[in-house]
Order: sequence, then C-alpha cells, then structure tokens
Amino acid sequence: MFTHLPSFPQIEKIETGISGFDLISNGGLPKGRTTLVSGTAGSAKTVFAVQFLAEGIRRYDEAGVFVTFEEVPEDIRRNVKSLGWDIEAWEAKGKWVFVDGSPDTDEDHIEAGRYDLGALLVRIEHAVTKVGATRLSMDSLGAIFAQFRDAAIVRSELFRIASTLRQLKVTSLMTSERTQEYGEIARFGVEEFVADNVVILRNVLEEEKRRRTMEILKYRGTSHQKGEFPFTIVSGRGILAIPLSSMELKQKSSVVRVTSGNPELDDMCGGGFFRDSIILVSGATGTGKTLITTEFLNGGAALGERCLLFAFEESREQLFRNAIGWGFDFEAMEASGLLKVVCSYPESASLEDHLIEVKDVIEHFKPNRIAVDSLSALERVATQKGFREFVISLTSFVKHQEVVGLFTATTPTLMGGTSVTESHISTLTDSIILLRYVEIHGTMRRCLTVLKMRGSIHDKDIREFNIDGAGMHIGNPFREVTGILGGQLRDLSISL
Amino acid sequence: MAIKTHRTADQLALSAPGLLRLYTAGQTGKSLVAISNLHRMSEQYFAGQYLIEVVDVLENPQLAEDDNIVAIPTLIRKRPEPIRRIIGDLSDTEKALSVLLLMERKEG
Repeated sequence: MFTHLPSFPQIEKIETGISGFDLISNGGLPKGRTTLVSGTAGSAKTVFAVQFLAEGIRRYDEAGVFVTFEEVPEDIRRNVKSLGWDIEAWEAKGKWVFVDGSPDTDEDHIEAGRYDLGALLVRIEHAVTKVGATRLSMDSLGAIFAQFRDAAIVRSELFRIASTLRQLKVTSLMTSERTQEYGEIARFGVEEFVADNVVILRNVLEEEKRRRTMEILKYRGTSHQKGEFPFTIVSGRGILAIPLSSMELKQKSSVVRVTSGNPELDDMCGGGFFRDSIILVSGATGTGKTLITTEFLNGGAALGERCLLFAFEESREQLFRNAIGWGFDFEAMEASGLLKVVCSYPESASLEDHLIEVKDVIEHFKPNRIAVDSLSALERVATQKGFREFVISLTSFVKHQEVVGLFTATTPTLMGGTSVTESHISTLTDSIILLRYVEIHGTMRRCLTVLKMRGSIHDKDIREFNIDGAGMHIGNPFREVTGILGGQLRDLSISL
Repeated sequence: MAIKTHRTADQLALSAPGLLRLYTAGQTGKSLVAISNLHRMSEQYFAGQYLIEVVDVLENPQLAEDDNIVAIPTLIRKRPEPIRRIIGDLSDTEKALSVLLLMERKEG
C-alpha cells in the first residue's frame, strides 16, 4: 500500500482516535503540524475539533487546549455532553484547557491605533505549558476574522501562532468556514498559512438526502486515502467515518463449506456456501427470498451456529409468522440464544447510521452467519452513490468477520429484470442466486438458478421449486421454456 | 503582583472614580506607544479621574485569560460601567477619547 521512496522522509502522524479518520489519513494528523479543517455551516467542524481533543484524553491520555473564537466554553461543554464527552471532568483533571477568545457580547470594542494578537499567542503558550498539551484545536478562524477589522493582521498573527505551535511540538487543528461545498478551500485565504494539510467536511443535499462526507485534500509530504468518505455523528461516540477503500484491502476467503439450510440448494452450489463469502439472493416480490433467508438461518442454528438477521421489510411478527408457516420456530431459536432478529424501517435513519448499527450489533453478537432481508429496501433512503458505498462497506465489513453473509435484493419487475442492488453488489458477492417467476400455460411457477458461485463448480440448471409447510423443495430443470431470466419466455414445446 | 499602578501627577487618582487597565506585552513598540499615549491623554483630558493599571501579559497570562484579552494593546475601562474596550496603541486619540471622556460629558 505504501511506496517508500528512499529520499523522502516519512512524516510522523498521531492517531486522532476519530473512528475511521485514522484509516483514511493513513495514520492520523501530521505530528507537530497544523491541519485546516474546513467546511460549510453545519458540517460538524466543531464536533471534529472537540473530538480530536476528547479522544486524545480518553484513548491516549494526552492533554489538549481548545481555543474558541465563536462559542463560549460553557456552550461547548453543554453541547457536546450528548456526544458523551464530559469536558468539565477533564478540566478538573488538568487534561483540558479552554482559551476563550469569543467576543464579549456585552461590550463594544473600538480600534484606536495599531495592534497585534500577542495576548492570544501568550495565552495559548501559557495553556499548552500549563497542562503539557500535545493537541490543540482552534474553532473557528472565521470567527476571529470577524472580530477584527484588519484581516491582514489576523492572517499574519495566525501564521505566527501556527509556527509557535510547531516549535512547541503541538499537533493542531484549525477549523474554517466555506461558503460552498465545492469551491474555494476557506474564506479569508486562511489556507495559505496552514496550506500543508487540509481536510474538507461536507454536508451535501443530494437527491433530497443529506450526506456527510470528509475528504483529505492535501497532506503535504505524506500519504492519505483519496476521495470523499461518508461519515455520521452518533450520540455517545461522535464522528464515525466509513473508510471504504481501506476496508476492501484485506479480505479472507475460505474453502470451508457451510450449509444453506436446504440440502437441495447445497447440492446445486457444489456442497454448500463457502464460509467468508457473501451470497446475493435476487428476485421479485414473493419469489421466496425471505424463505431462503429463513432456511439459511435455521440451517445455521440447527448446527449450533449464531445467526443474525437484519430485516428491513417486515416486522418481527410477520417474520415469525412466516417462519412458522414454513415449519421453522424463530421464537425457540431466539430463546436458545442462537438467533437474533433486528427489525428496522429503512426510513428510521440515514444509511450511514444503519451501517453503524449493523456493525455494532455484529460486533456485540458475534454471529457465524448474517442475513440482510432485504438490502434493496435501503435503496430508498440513499442516493445511488451513497448506496453503492454502503454496500461496499457492508460487504467488506462482513467479510472481515469470517462469517457467511446472505443478502437479498428485490427486483422491480415480476418477470426477469435486475435490481440496482444487484448491479452494485454483483461484483462484490461470491455467489448469486436468482429467483424468478415463470408463467406457463396460465400459471405462475417459481424457479431458481445459481448464477455464480466463485471458486466452485455449481449446477447451471434453472430449476423449478415449490413451497409448502416444510419449506422449499427444489425440483427438476425447466426444459420446455427459454428466456426465463430475461423475462421473455418462449415455449419450446410449441414453437418451431 | 506585577500590576503596576500608575499614579497621575496630582495624586487624585487614588480616589478616582474610574479604573482603566491597559494590557501590554513586554517592551514592544506598540505597547510602549500605548503607555505613553495613555499618559498623555490622562494628563491632558482626564487627570485624576481614572486609576490606571498596566498589565504585562507575559508576566500575567492568567489575568489576560480572565479578562479574555486577544489583541495587544487592549485598554479596558473597568469603571464606570458599562465596561468598554479599546484595542490598538491609542494613536487615534479622538476615537480613544470618545470612550474615555464619556463620563466627563455626563458630569458636565
């Protein structure tokens, strides 16, 4: 991943502790340097600035200085409480110091002659030495420019502060405002004096959906991941970035076979699914995706495996009732502790939040197999790009867990067709099973085929199956019709 | 403490109704100019009306913290209320006096 050039000194970085950011930045913020964090209003700049110090204290026992030009310390203390950070307690322990440069609203000030920001510099130095700080956040530069008439003075003073911090070996972060999501880096030309490192936070409205992303624009002399990465803000944890590309790198694959829960389907797959693989089951509504999911979970639980289901289409009651109809007792499986069913409405949260929840549940429950029914239900709450990122992230994460994952996707048309989910995910999955309706002589019949089974021979037939009180029964191949998958049926028994 | 109280020539300052605090940083040009401008104005325009304190932030960073000082020099009129701030070396006498003479106008 890294290319070491011999004459190129590696710049040391410190881990911020901000989840995901350290992966995107290949190790954190450049040590002893200043990084500009720029974003529009509401792009979570202050949260980022606070979290940089908070994680420093919590994870690495490093003291920090917070310089505020906008909100008074009392407001900051109160606002971040919901994110789980008790600044007051850290202040009491000498781990956190505020330097308050917020404008005093009760007092006017007038400018009568030449001045500089020497007092600010002295106070910052004083605060840093007082607690032995190695981290500093300054929020925000726009607010200090607003306090003084002469922007040139503020600029040169900020430059002086940045060099002092460098001498003090303090890793610092300054936030600044942007007026547009895609435009100049920051107002007031502030990027010029901290031009070495720039992180952009975005809060974009895309297809009526809010999407937060972060991007490292510049990291002079050191490597980082490129492009925009989605992130979310979770109460009790703060910013969680979702580092897509860095997660894709190390995926395991296994030759261990596990059962699909249906012996006939196992046969078609050449002896079962592979562990560490992702199986996509695609089909129109009512073709039997939830049944395959149910059998998959039951097959695992019957062997004492821990099974986890994320349901985005049906309620618990519906799922449990369906399962009983096919002869499976989810309630008993849950009681034994082998099954966990998590139901949520796609619209209840953003895609990023869903992803975080899915990851959390997986990490806590430690399942052997995971099912998501259906993945395509989540398309509704995301943009195409956002959904693709979600699918990549989810599949990479699941593969890291050394489990087998089964995702379902609903095709929009009854006959044939593919779903958006399918086109996004097909290259990421190891196996694809298609379920289709076949209309023959006035009746709807169902069929199934294993379209792809990476690393294994598999049955290529399109087979009819029936559903009864004991689940799914896969029968013989359709020989008399063609064009099933494309939805353009031709009855071979009557055509020439 | 390292706060220097500058008494005005006529010694009336001790019982002065007003209080000014000037923040400086070491023996830098702007700080020295501010001190001399303040004394000149005091003698010319408001002798005996203010007790004047000069605080060097290098020696008293905590005091600068408490008073929320960012710019140097900063002059704070602590009394009478409302508290007012003037930043700069006070070379713009007219502007500075517009704050500092306010009280006299009221009395007059």
